[in-house]
Amino acid sequence: PGRVPGLTAGVIRGADLFGYVGIEAVLDQMRRKTMKAGFEFNIMVVGQSGLGKSTLVNTLFKSKVSRKSCTPNYEEKISKTVKLQSVSHVIEEKGVKMKLTVIDTPGFGDQINNENCWEPIVKYVNEQYEKYLKEELHVNRKRRIPDTRVHCCIYFLPATGHWLRPIDIEFMKRLGKIVSIVPVIAKADTLTIEERLEFKQRIRQDLAANGIRVYPQKEYDEDAEDRIVNDRIRESIPFAVVGTDKEHQVNGNKVLGRKTKWGIIEVENAAHCEFANLRDLLIRSHLQDLKDVTHNIHYETYRVRRLNESNMNFSELELSIRPLENGNGDKSESESHL
Amino acid sequence: MWEPIPKNKTARPLSLSGHVGFDSLPHQLVNKSTCQGFCFNILCIGETGIGKSTLMNTLFNTNFENFESSHFEPNVKLSAKTYDLQEGNVRLKLTIVNTVGFGDQMNKQESYQHIVDYIDTQFESYLQEELKIKRSLHNYHDSRIHACLYFISPSGHSLKSLDLVTMKKLDSKVNIIPVIAKADTISKSELHKFKLKIMSELVSNGVQIYQFPTDDETVSSINSTMNGILPFAVVGSTEEVKIGNKMVKARQYPWGVVQVENENHCDFVKLREMLICVNMEDLREQTHSRHYELYRRCKLEEMGFRDTDPESKPVSLQETYESKRQEFQVELQRKEEEMRQSFVQRVKEKEMELKEKERELQTRFEQLKRMHQEEKAKLDEKRRMQEDEINIFSKKKAATELLQGQTFNTNSSNLKKDKDRKK
Repeated sequence: PGRVPGLTAGVIRGADLFGYVGIEAVLDQMRRKTMKAGFEFNIMVVGQSGLGKSTLVNTLFKSKVSRKSCTPNYEEKISKTVKLQSVSHVIEEKGVKMKLTVIDTPGFGDQINNENCWEPIVKYVNEQYEKYLKEELHVNRKRRIPDTRVHCCIYFLPATGHWLRPIDIEFMKRLGKIVSIVPVIAKADTLTIEERLEFKQRIRQDLAANGIRVYPQKEYDEDAEDRIVNDRIRESIPFAVVGTDKEHQVNGNKVLGRKTKWGIIEVENAAHCEFANLRDLLIRSHLQDLKDVTHNIHYETYRVRRLNESNMNFSELELSIRPLENGNGDKSESESHL
Repeated sequence: MWEPIPKNKTARPLSLSGHVGFDSLPHQLVNKSTCQGFCFNILCIGETGIGKSTLMNTLFNTNFENFESSHFEPNVKLSAKTYDLQEGNVRLKLTIVNTVGFGDQMNKQESYQHIVDYIDTQFESYLQEELKIKRSLHNYHDSRIHACLYFISPSGHSLKSLDLVTMKKLDSKVNIIPVIAKADTISKSELHKFKLKIMSELVSNGVQIYQFPTDDETVSSINSTMNGILPFAVVGSTEEVKIGNKMVKARQYPWGVVQVENENHCDFVKLREMLICVNMEDLREQTHSRHYELYRRCKLEEMGFRDTDPESKPVSLQETYESKRQEFQVELQRKEEEMRQSFVQRVKEKEMELKEKERELQTRFEQLKRMHQEEKAKLDEKRRMQEDEINIFSKKKAATELLQGQTFNTNSSNLKKDKDRKK
């Protein structure tokens, strides 16, 4: 349909290069362009008050990125409803610029009756998809559509050591369908290593039993290599983390740690907690993947649903508008049933 | 695609107290693209025999298996072939589109139309995929033309009118990179004048050719230098000649050897540098964010979509879509009704025609019948007359015979009488 007459079919064949051409240089070109353009990353933190959300985010990005730390006169109040608030910063490392937005969800899980406390969060996530979709559908669109979609949602589980609570299951069930959830065990310094392993296993069982898919989702592994890397991650989540911005001297080195009477918990020490694993996953290895999964899968799912809801099938409109100009396709359709 | 993040008042700059690790982001991104592979599509426009295929073979250091085309094509045809190239761990899906028969026709007025249509068709395919409900853009084989190499004949004088007209039609749809083909037929001094003439003609005719980008400090100086050397004067060759103790790509003449990769001999190396090593990604980006967006905008506006209604209030695509759909349904019904009417009409007409024919046949039949009866009557009459004649004749015959018999008797009795007398 609509092919130019005289166009011969395309065939893909292997072509061996007799010598160096310079195609490899495209990687460098791409790198340059992306560095110039910069990156956006939107991370949401969800969990009851007091689980160390702000501290963890600050530790992850080694700067005061949480709302708590950068709002003057911040008062720690338990809000009566779940209100979402976001704060953005531009951080730069070795020439790479990133606009980091941290979305906070104060009030989640803090009420006596927590029924439906996930609704404002679901609403927010969908609103960001809607915003993006609207912009994408504009006739005159911006060269770069501002991306406020939630790329990653860190869900904080209190270190009870038992099982997932009903609120955890309900939240992750619903949000797991629309956003990439990374569950973490907060304030993990209250669990011994054995308790931690048991807890993690129970959580994984609970997640499987309830059909909850957390990041990295098995269905989205792109190839065998991916699957191997991601399987290893899936076997060790949720990560047990500890956060802090205080530094202490340990063996002559300055380390980030929490000082207690019985010792210093080193945040970046893999033997103490899994903060480094979380940081590596979120930032050093899978950040782009988180964005891609959000864009190619979660956003597309939303878009399909929205377009179906509004009955917007462009292809049916498109194909029919052309025959209205030269009177071909439509007639044949109608003739066949007349 | 690669536009910088807009400066936002709410995003404050912050300094890091340690190594976070997101400096690996460009690598993460590039790794993903490497796994997926890249697409690059080049359109070569030029007369038959000007050296398009040879140049492609030379540029990509391979043999793309092209057969020489005839000069007798009735129409310009575009032939596209896709190749899988690999260099290092970069996989490139290269599509080369050739214009077969360009400039060969006596009447070249429609030559550029096929090219414009082809480019638009690729944009259309992408747009259709983008507008699909269930789409897979990141798996889509991008067939949009990223670079158009326009081959100028080395006449040494100026651009042909076909060149100007074609380039003018294409400059808002594709990145045009003009090259002077078979540059070994022009001397150095003529070449310089030729280049100036070409560039001034392009400027005075408002043709926007592709400018190598100068916004990135890393490459701005080399790109702006190259912009001043356009159009590149190229020579292509896949044959090798021994120069010194090396085999180099060259064309051997009795009066010397033109070395393709010698920058004193021609601009081939510069073309390869600019097209592939420095600006391939920019060519892809410009195609997507400028040329494709323009096509999309025009197409949607043609279909009646607007971002704001006449009172400048933002219109959601959904509302526009709904109203378009209503319009379309109404139109469809009207057309159906029209067709039904015309069908009924045609049936009636056919019926009348058939009746008319029937009547005609009937008349003719009557006529023939009458004629036949007349004939028959005539013939009957004739037969009667004949019979009458026969009757008369028979009577006469009988009478004559009788008379003859009588006469004979009389004669013989007379004879007898005579005989008796004589005795």
